[in-house]
Amino acid sequence: MLAKRIIPCLDVKDGMTVKGTNFVNLRTAGDPVALGKAYSENGADELCFLDITASFEGRKTFTDMVSRVAQEINIPFTVGGGIQEIHDVERLLNAGADKVSINSAAIYNPSLIDEIARHFGSQVIVCAIDARQDPDGWHCYTKGGRQRQELGLFDWAHEVQERGAGEILFTSMDHDGVKQGFANEALAQLADNLSIPIIASGGAGQMHHFRDAFTIGHADAALAASVFHFGEIPIPQLKKYLRQENISIRI
Amino acid sequence: MDVAIVKYNAGNIYSVINALKRLGIEPTLTDNAELLAKADRVLFPGQGEASTAMAYLKEHGLDQVIRDLRQPVLGICIGQQLMCRHSEEGNTDCLGIFPLDVLRFQPERHDDKVPQMGWNSIYQLVSPLFNGMKDGEFIYNVHSYYVPYHKDYTIATCDYILPYSAALHKDNFYATQFHPEKSGSVGERILKNFLEL
Repeated sequence: MLAKRIIPCLDVKDGMTVKGTNFVNLRTAGDPVALGKAYSENGADELCFLDITASFEGRKTFTDMVSRVAQEINIPFTVGGGIQEIHDVERLLNAGADKVSINSAAIYNPSLIDEIARHFGSQVIVCAIDARQDPDGWHCYTKGGRQRQELGLFDWAHEVQERGAGEILFTSMDHDGVKQGFANEALAQLADNLSIPIIASGGAGQMHHFRDAFTIGHADAALAASVFHFGEIPIPQLKKYLRQENISIRI
Repeated sequence: MDVAIVKYNAGNIYSVINALKRLGIEPTLTDNAELLAKADRVLFPGQGEASTAMAYLKEHGLDQVIRDLRQPVLGICIGQQLMCRHSEEGNTDCLGIFPLDVLRFQPERHDDKVPQMGWNSIYQLVSPLFNGMKDGEFIYNVHSYYVPYHKDYTIATCDYILPYSAALHKDNFYATQFHPEKSGSVGERILKNFLEL
């Protein structure tokens, strides 16, 4: 049976991880490659590296990091942050990334999804969607959550699937950082109406939140950052728990 | 050890090159018939679309070069599918090394997403390719097409919508539908076993 995936996400700035790293006693705690490798040895099913650098030099540093990850880590990984055009995608895939995550750029220029799918195949595209439940329904947001779009979450999710996205990474801004669980109702609505895998993001605080994202939210994968980085939830323990809860998990 | 990787138009071969380097091998990426013929091992990996890949192989004479290889050969993902007789993808006549046909997954329930993307377990392991491994090990998959189970050629099965061939073997030809280069320590073991055949 296909396993549900657990994906730690690492924010990278100028080649170094940004958030805390208490989960292992790494000498090079700020090195995303060492951290990624430690996660992979602890049972992470995939890794996600987000470049939060703005500068051109930062981009170069990030690309070098992607090559090092590809050389040293033997599980799939997604990279994202600041992808504007197909050349960015090409640069990151050539550096060895398995998938790229695109966010605002897809909303501003939806045909970018078609273009990437045509050149590299759907399997490389993770379309990240940040959304919030406003009084008039779920809306997409861009620019790191600062800019509301009239575009509805479910309409946009359907459109990116039709345009050739391989997966959707859905972050509920209402749930992100609150640690009260994932947006399971919206997740289920996405998962039940789309035919591509849905990755849940935003809200993990306890182990049962992951279970609920799979059982109630019907998600195919769950992504989290701080609960892993701060060692609040060790991945081996999480996976053991999920398996006890009868969820298909790779151990 | 001299390990060659078939160079053609179905990328991403970087991960295979990196995986071999982690095992201490510096592979040669080539479409040169002589270099391929004299290598100790040949890998035929790739991701892509069957008809485009097959057209390229024929145009460059690589179809016959691959069929004529005598050393252990390992096809991966689209490589495995191209080694079969025919693929539903683009209604393509393939290399015919395995007398088997490649079919597209037909979802039966909503949970059956196509492509299959992620980790799944393999069973009925009957080949030195899986030395030191037990049933139920997890491997990483990304694919929309599959080869049905066949009693003579299937050396590992996987279950997604239906039981299918996760790996094949005939004479000096081996192939996996999954990506050993992305399957963690299990995948590394399989690649190492291949080099030690």
